[in-house]
Amino acid sequence: MVAVRLRPIGTVDDRIRRRTKIAPPRPPAATVEEGMGSFHERMIDESLTSRYSDWIVEALDELPDNFLITDPGISGHPIVFASRGFLAMSGYAREEVVGRNGRIFQGPATERRSVMEIREAIREERTLQISLLNYRKDGTPHWILFHLCPVFGMEDGRVIHFVAVQVPIPRRSRCARSGANGMVYGACRNEVRLDDDYACNLAVDSVIDMDNKALEAEESRKASVWEKEKASNAANSILSTLTHYSKLTGRVVCTKRCSSAGIAPLSSSLNISLGRIKQSFVLTDPHLPDMPIVYANDEFLSLTGYSRHEVLGRNCRFLNGPGTDAGVLHQIKDCILAEQACSVRLLNYRKDGSSFWNRLHISPVRNASGKIAFYVGVQMDENSKCDEHGLSPEMRQLGAVGQVKVAVRSFSSRAGPSRPSS
Amino acid sequence: MLTIKRVPTVLSNYQEEDAEPLGCGRNCLGNCCLPVSKLPLYAFKRDSTSASGSSSNSEDPSPNFFLQSLVLREWEDRMSQGLFRYDVTACETKVIPGELGFIAQLNEGRHLKKRPTEFRVDRVLQPFDSNKFNFTKVGQEEVLFRFEAGGDTRSHFFESAPVGATEPPNVVAINVSPIEYGHVLLIPRVLECLPQRNDHESFLLALNMAAEAGSPYFRLGYNSLGAFATINHLHFQAYYLAMPFPVEKAPTRRIPIKGRSESGVKVSELLNYPVRGLVFKGGNTLKDLSDVVASSCISLEENNIPFNVLISDSGRRIFLFPQCYAEKQALGQVSQELLDTQVNPAVWEISGHMVLKRKKDFEEASEAYAWRLLSEVSLSEERFRKVKAYIFDAISLVESEEEIDANENKGTLLQASLLATHFDERCRVLQ
Repeated sequence: MVAVRLRPIGTVDDRIRRRTKIAPPRPPAATVEEGMGSFHERMIDESLTSRYSDWIVEALDELPDNFLITDPGISGHPIVFASRGFLAMSGYAREEVVGRNGRIFQGPATERRSVMEIREAIREERTLQISLLNYRKDGTPHWILFHLCPVFGMEDGRVIHFVAVQVPIPRRSRCARSGANGMVYGACRNEVRLDDDYACNLAVDSVIDMDNKALEAEESRKASVWEKEKASNAANSILSTLTHYSKLTGRVVCTKRCSSAGIAPLSSSLNISLGRIKQSFVLTDPHLPDMPIVYANDEFLSLTGYSRHEVLGRNCRFLNGPGTDAGVLHQIKDCILAEQACSVRLLNYRKDGSSFWNRLHISPVRNASGKIAFYVGVQMDENSKCDEHGLSPEMRQLGAVGQVKVAVRSFSSRAGPSRPSS
Repeated sequence: MLTIKRVPTVLSNYQEEDAEPLGCGRNCLGNCCLPVSKLPLYAFKRDSTSASGSSSNSEDPSPNFFLQSLVLREWEDRMSQGLFRYDVTACETKVIPGELGFIAQLNEGRHLKKRPTEFRVDRVLQPFDSNKFNFTKVGQEEVLFRFEAGGDTRSHFFESAPVGATEPPNVVAINVSPIEYGHVLLIPRVLECLPQRNDHESFLLALNMAAEAGSPYFRLGYNSLGAFATINHLHFQAYYLAMPFPVEKAPTRRIPIKGRSESGVKVSELLNYPVRGLVFKGGNTLKDLSDVVASSCISLEENNIPFNVLISDSGRRIFLFPQCYAEKQALGQVSQELLDTQVNPAVWEISGHMVLKRKKDFEEASEAYAWRLLSEVSLSEERFRKVKAYIFDAISLVESEEEIDANENKGTLLQASLLATHFDERCRVLQ
């Protein structure tokens, strides 16, 4: 191991702030969208225990590895657990880390590319192993192998948590380098060889002691097979711990996406985007038999009085009743067959039997392939007034349609096979 | 009972050879109609923080949902009115596997007619010609809203406000041949009939729009004449695409300067990207950043160098690409194979979002092709150095020799050097 000269240069945050003049971040609890700060905090506190039981923190504390657990379902994608090993490695106290987003460990010399790869892996909900330059609390940088993996809920296939394991990658001196990872980082193309003898890392010459500048100047540091295995093993033991404890609450998790409801789950990032639309709507899947609802937002549930599990997987016709005009229903059917948008007005019924005039706008929604992936149905109770912006309900409906279209189109255009990492 | 609304396509299609004004009473954007009309008005707040001083630290900085949903709902409304030449959401899009992740779209409908060469391709500055197509001839149904400085600390929206004759209105209109859902045009001071030429006030307006939208996925772009702008009436383009552009992932190297930059703006060079370009960021205020970039553009215009600009990261990073593809085309220096794909590399293509017309090109699209095409767009190293010097001169900065502290994104030089080796032969610029 190399000795790293530590310089007292303040926290990572201070460094970043000094260089880029960003105002200090507000504590996550104070975001306007969340309303009361304590609600947000409670969500973070309960994130683990509600799914894995109260015993989980103890169980995770017994694992020796450096890792974090994050919850993508909470705004800001905060850390909900940091292992003892992680805290020791990074120099932070638990309360300084829980509730924050993982980017606080990044710093000025952290590769933008790597950060973006991590972000995309999160969006695509897949596993990723990548070398990363992170910063400790005292501001010193260090290289780690970052291993990310999603944890899926067995029932609905949604991503419940992400586990992020960190394994430090030590700098290898020339003689210690084995043939297996003899890749060389030369800026001169002629020197890119697999042969160890010509090892020429231009950024780090024969300096044994590396100071922060040298660490930051190092373009990349490759992890060895040993570190990769260590990371994978750690991830496996964490995942099996989580899976085991999730059985205690009945809200079982698994490592691969699987859904017992028969409905293909929407990706976490699509869910989050759709969740921002404050207008009652549902997504239905025309490729499944009887075109069932595959997504229903909270506004729809409060408008109709049903709970989510009562509507997912069912066709919208449960909203119809004796007073619903059959002609309008035919009209809707024709539009869907013609793959057209339409606006209709029909009498619908809530769960409690009360009725309301529903201004319904239906539109096909295509994904990146250009083909129709869903139909969106935006409902509006005719009695609802204009909102404070003076927007007519019709325009708000179109706003919801537009946002749904952008979200669905954007989140399905990822490349097929993932790029090689680390 | 409402039924399907279908309105025949309005003929304000500026791809056509001659778009003759149908006379007044057409509710156009000319002096005849606009000042007496009413339009939705979005008045953005006065910027109190610097470009880099945004208080949002989150990975997904909370976008201004109001502005976003305003653009999208108006857009969806125009779609239901049939104002677009085709449904862009029916165009297949994919990310090409590779290091940079170029985005390709198959759009067979976008270029149904061969674009008329309305301008000389060798002059960046050409006077406004009211006989040629311009935005005053566009119908008001294509306008979504006005975008004006509010002069207040909060933004305001008015569903319908009289335009009046005192202040020249800036309008946001649809692009009838969109390359993405929500593709709009920002037309500063439409009635003044400014040619496609930069000025500080207009650039600041564009930057404000990016900052106001607050989403790194809502970007603005500018094409100069000679760099594939098709209309000689000052306009910026914008659309929303929720994924990073290849150019945004490319590493950069800060250009060290002598002394301090008064404006606080930092200039970097793009590395390991097929098109050479400069990246501007920082600035004590948004206006400082805007002025520096606008001055840089103006210096290029004055030196007759075509260029494209990408405003990214909610207005925090601005890319400037001088280019020479049109010149090469005219001199017959571009390979027929590339010409056959009929891609005119404007700002979106250069940034990594390519619209392909033929199914074959789309299916075979590869990072190598994108790299090959964009390499032809780039200035040579030597020419780029000269251009850099013009720009630095215009913004009163002097490049220095020393290496500066690592405050720059290193990128992955290993992969980059391998990539460069692989593409070496194809990258050679014909200058």
